[in-house]
Amino acid sequence: MNTATETRAVIVEREMPHPPEKLWRALTQPYLIEEWLMKNDFKPVVGHSFNLRGEWGGVLDCEVLAVEPNKTLAYTWNFANDDAAFDLKSVVTFTLTPTPKGTHLRMEQSGFRPEQKQAFGGAKHGWQKFFENLESVVGGLS
Amino acid sequence: MPDAHDVLFRTLADPTRRALFERLCREGEQTVGALTAQSGVSQPAVSKHLGVLRQAGLVRDRHEGRQTHYSAQLGALAPLVDWTSRMAGFWQNRFDDLEDLLKRMDQ
Repeated sequence: MNTATETRAVIVEREMPHPPEKLWRALTQPYLIEEWLMKNDFKPVVGHSFNLRGEWGGVLDCEVLAVEPNKTLAYTWNFANDDAAFDLKSVVTFTLTPTPKGTHLRMEQSGFRPEQKQAFGGAKHGWQKFFENLESVVGGLS
Repeated sequence: MPDAHDVLFRTLADPTRRALFERLCREGEQTVGALTAQSGVSQPAVSKHLGVLRQAGLVRDRHEGRQTHYSAQLGALAPLVDWTSRMAGFWQNRFDDLEDLLKRMDQ
């Protein structure tokens, strides 16, 4: 059991029946990112600052940290809040590994600080809406 | 009042405390003496850590004669489990949409 580690990082992995090159396009081309994640002005350039804009009106501040085509993509995933304790500062890292059937995609979101009151910036700042329609999905995770 | 997440994160951030808690989770109820024997720190230090864990609701103490027995309270982790589940749920859902997109890209 490694409780404390699990609370600081979220890892979601899935094998997808598509080649890494195709997944890479979906992860790095703005009009494709919008299709599965959020509206954005992303560029696959280290140091590029961009925003992810949620349908609920929330805006995430991001900066590209790592770009290794078809293999690794990392960017900051920050949600500013006037109350420092509610600030969300995290890093999202996608790792693509080719498999016989396609690509193993691993997403790790980490960097949550222990002193954070709530990693999602609190229910009153939009995240609640973001997650409301996901409750059923979460419920199915066992 | 500090937020429940705040207390739990802070409590479990200490490696010694986390090790004590994990041991109670794995092995069930233990006396302070038994916990001290394997912790590598002094009994007063162990007692102090257990006190912090108890205040966070992560362990419960039970007095029997001169011994104090401690047991893990997994229910106290519920706010964290809920939190990580939500984030994991968010990404699972995004991955669903990503897979849908990849299918459409085939065409």
